[in-house]
Amino acid sequence: MRRAWIVVWKDVLSECRSKESLNALVFFSLLLLFVFQFALGPERARVEAALPGLLWLGFILAGLLAFGRTFLVERENDCWEGLVLTPGDKSAIYLGKLAGNVLLMAVVEAVLLVLFAVFFSLDFTGVLPALSLVLALGTLGLAAVGTLFGAITAQLRARELLFPVLLLPAVVPVLLGSVSATQVVLSGQPFGDAAQWLKLLAAADLVYLVVGLLTFEFVLEG
Amino acid sequence: MAVRALGWLAGLALVAGLVAAFGYAPREAVQGNVQRIMYLHVPAVLTAYLAFGLVFLGSVGYLLTRRPGWDRLAMAAAEPGVIFTGITIASGSIWGKPTWGTWWTWDARLTSTAVLFLVYVGYLLLRGMIDEPDRRARAAAVVGILGAANIPIVHFSVKWWRALHQPATILGPGPSPIAAPIALTLFVNWIAFTLLLLYLLAKRTEIARLEDTHAG
Repeated sequence: MRRAWIVVWKDVLSECRSKESLNALVFFSLLLLFVFQFALGPERARVEAALPGLLWLGFILAGLLAFGRTFLVERENDCWEGLVLTPGDKSAIYLGKLAGNVLLMAVVEAVLLVLFAVFFSLDFTGVLPALSLVLALGTLGLAAVGTLFGAITAQLRARELLFPVLLLPAVVPVLLGSVSATQVVLSGQPFGDAAQWLKLLAAADLVYLVVGLLTFEFVLEG
Repeated sequence: MAVRALGWLAGLALVAGLVAAFGYAPREAVQGNVQRIMYLHVPAVLTAYLAFGLVFLGSVGYLLTRRPGWDRLAMAAAEPGVIFTGITIASGSIWGKPTWGTWWTWDARLTSTAVLFLVYVGYLLLRGMIDEPDRRARAAAVVGILGAANIPIVHFSVKWWRALHQPATILGPGPSPIAAPIALTLFVNWIAFTLLLLYLLAKRTEIARLEDTHAG
């Protein structure tokens, strides 16, 4: 567990100093907003009807960029060797990288929500606690698969191409569950209606985490 | 020799399946001859599931033992698995056009089968991009395991999301409502497809084994 924290701390520190991923991701989110607006036109009702899907489209696209980069930093200066040579259980590295990705996505999601609220004049304050739960479960699922596949594709030549091709079909359940639960939350229905989807998300998160923890050491060998 | 015999057996079974599907099985009362596509559709999807189960088995086996044979099994099962899933989707489409009036609809089972197809196409793409055998086997095994673990999750998520497909008749609970000749024809075709899968597996693993010995 301590080693997982070290990995998180290392990644957060280097991200805070370089702000490499975060700056680009926040700017990318802003660009997505423009794209959504151009695609849907000025009509407000259309934006509101499509909102849950748009939100998650934004998150998954930002996630594709963020998760694919998780292990790229480790390829420089033989950092990968260092990770491989770390004594003890390699799943700690997976947990650390996963936590780092979840943190990064949390920031991006917060920014994207604020941007949506400002540019489409929406009010999320009332549904924020419920929405946060959905976001947390959905993001964990995306990041659990994304971190694992990011490690697999980091060493490949065509990684930018292969990473989305592998990740997107695998996270279809997370997307369906998240979008449906978000729909329930945003439309003001009782939160109990989303229970089925939240359970599905929790089950998916659990399965992905277990698979990730068990198989990560084989991926890390490079 | 045994492989060749298996090949002949699979061929014979396929012919028997065709004869049964067009000669023996009765014309379905409501749907007419279109229903005969089922003799291709259902065995194909059952065989595809069997193949993906073997991918999972081979993947776990490789990560536990590191024997290349397990990896060859996973690879040799994934390829026909994708083909059979493709046949399932294509035959379902051809059946859907006259029956539902559309080639494609975002129904639960159609969608989850399509997702399954994409997952394993990704698996094969990944395999094609790594040259070093051990690294390829490990990466593919991880994707194969996650893909298999994902099948029930995909199934339920898509099922709750939408439902139009008729519920499973053969694997569903309760006594089968299918008439005996139709059930028998399905059974013959299912055996034929399973034999075909086994033949393809035997051939493909053999070719992969020869490739491995001659490359290294």
